[in-house]
Amino acid sequence: MSALLALDPIAIGDLIWAPLLIILLKVVAIFALGLLVTMFMVWFERKAIAGMGNRIGPNKAGPWGLLQTLADGIKLFFKEDLLPDRADRFVFKLAPYLAFVPAFLVWSVIPLGGDFSDGKNGLVEWFGHTTRVQLADPPVGILLFMALSSVAVYGIMLAGWSSGSKYPLLGSVRASAQMVSYEAALGLSIATVLLMAGTLSTSGIVGNQSGFADWHVVSTGIVPFIIFMLAATAEMNRPPFDLVEAEQELVGGFNTEYSSIRFGLFFLAEFMNTVTMSGIIVTLFFGGPQGLFDIPVVPGAIEGTLWFIIKVLIFLYVYVWMRATLPRFRYDQLMDLGWKILIPASLGWFMLMAVLQLGRDEGWNRGVVGVIAAVVVAGCAALMSTAVRVSRANRDREGATF
Amino acid sequence: MELVVFVLAAAMILVGAVGVIVRSNPVHAALSLILTLFGVAVMFVAQNAHFLAAVQVIVYAGAIVVLFLFVIMLLGVDRTEDISSEPFKVQRPLAAIVGVGVIGLVVAAVVSSRDAIGTRGEGLNVADVVGDGDTNIKQLARSVFGDYVVAFEVTSVLLVVAVVGTVLLTRRIKSAGKDS
Repeated sequence: MSALLALDPIAIGDLIWAPLLIILLKVVAIFALGLLVTMFMVWFERKAIAGMGNRIGPNKAGPWGLLQTLADGIKLFFKEDLLPDRADRFVFKLAPYLAFVPAFLVWSVIPLGGDFSDGKNGLVEWFGHTTRVQLADPPVGILLFMALSSVAVYGIMLAGWSSGSKYPLLGSVRASAQMVSYEAALGLSIATVLLMAGTLSTSGIVGNQSGFADWHVVSTGIVPFIIFMLAATAEMNRPPFDLVEAEQELVGGFNTEYSSIRFGLFFLAEFMNTVTMSGIIVTLFFGGPQGLFDIPVVPGAIEGTLWFIIKVLIFLYVYVWMRATLPRFRYDQLMDLGWKILIPASLGWFMLMAVLQLGRDEGWNRGVVGVIAAVVVAGCAALMSTAVRVSRANRDREGATF
Repeated sequence: MELVVFVLAAAMILVGAVGVIVRSNPVHAALSLILTLFGVAVMFVAQNAHFLAAVQVIVYAGAIVVLFLFVIMLLGVDRTEDISSEPFKVQRPLAAIVGVGVIGLVVAAVVSSRDAIGTRGEGLNVADVVGDGDTNIKQLARSVFGDYVVAFEVTSVLLVVAVVGTVLLTRRIKSAGKDS
């Protein structure tokens, strides 16, 4: 059992009231924070897109329309909850939770703050107890994120199937094919980061990135970050990869038959995924709560949280920006990008990084290792593109043979 | 505490496993299978094997059962099947005999190796495993990519052969394609 308790340094030793209360407080705080942030994200997205489209956006409920999401949520609660006649009742009711709960749980492994300076390793003192500004720090931290994102596929897949209707089924088959395809590229780019960090725990990954040159976006070369960003966008079914809810083709996608609060849960999960994914990107590539410089006045423990919020906000803006500017991909383009570019590229880059890391550990000549590795990678890339071109030419000549 | 976790996880596994064979709707059966896989993952966590638990969920629940569901949905066999008629008369009694036989073998194996089950394998250091989360993974990596690297590589070749074979089998030869 000791391993279960090692998730948080506060849980080691006698479990008396104070640590238990602190853990309870953290759970409640992270739950409430998740909901609040999602609410804000919905407002932010609508407002920013409105600005980019030269409109005003929500401006009636509350100051600057801030309470618009709350109003929409209350409205959703009181709407009639429809259950389609041909639906598979149990699965239809289960699906929204399968989408919503994993989105929420990812929060628990993201370091939301903490003092990583001078080898303090993100530990902070609260009321005389040492703990982390993070709900849990399991030894397999980032794999937990992978597991949750693979569970999230079920929510969408089963929602489409259980509706007992044509368009939702098409939407969900599209969505799950897309998510399963891009998960491979996602995992391989995470693997490159893990190679640098040498640990799976999220706080360890953050602790490894103490200066700008150590940030994994720099130390792994920028390629894994770009691949992760693209794959994450596809994984969340956000534009330009939102074929799942291509209105022109699929009515509303997998959630066409859903209404009332069940629809609300899908909606919430989608926006929460955007926030948590930004948090994961910041944790993996941009040093999480580690800052570039000391912010004066603000004490160390709060400074980490401040840095984290700033970085996450930048990514949230980028996601909104992408939604407002990029047109939707076609399905074959999406699959081509995933299988023929992102997966080979991330695999190749992973091998390259592994060789360089091995060269550093063994003290080989860096120049020679670098040149040989670059030549091999270039050769593989050329072979790959030739293979793709040849098979495309064959297909054009013979017609589809499957 | 460990007993409570074991009982709950075992109940999950058994309910899921029974569900897989009892449910007549293939999608419900696949969902029951997920319940079983999660139960096994919980067991792994209780045994300090966090990495295996995560991989269990990512690979089995996240990829393989998704594939099952995919095939079920695409083939359109997602309706309740009538299993009252039986094409092969012998298969049910035969299945019962084989099932009882397998249970008998497992029980016999457990009984005859009572003492060996509690002892750990060679090369594993429990103190290391508990001490730091990453040593667990490092030990696993050392045994998979060190001691058993040949078996590992042969398995990967086998998988590649299976994939290539499937592609070849489903690909129609050009002349045959013209006939149909």
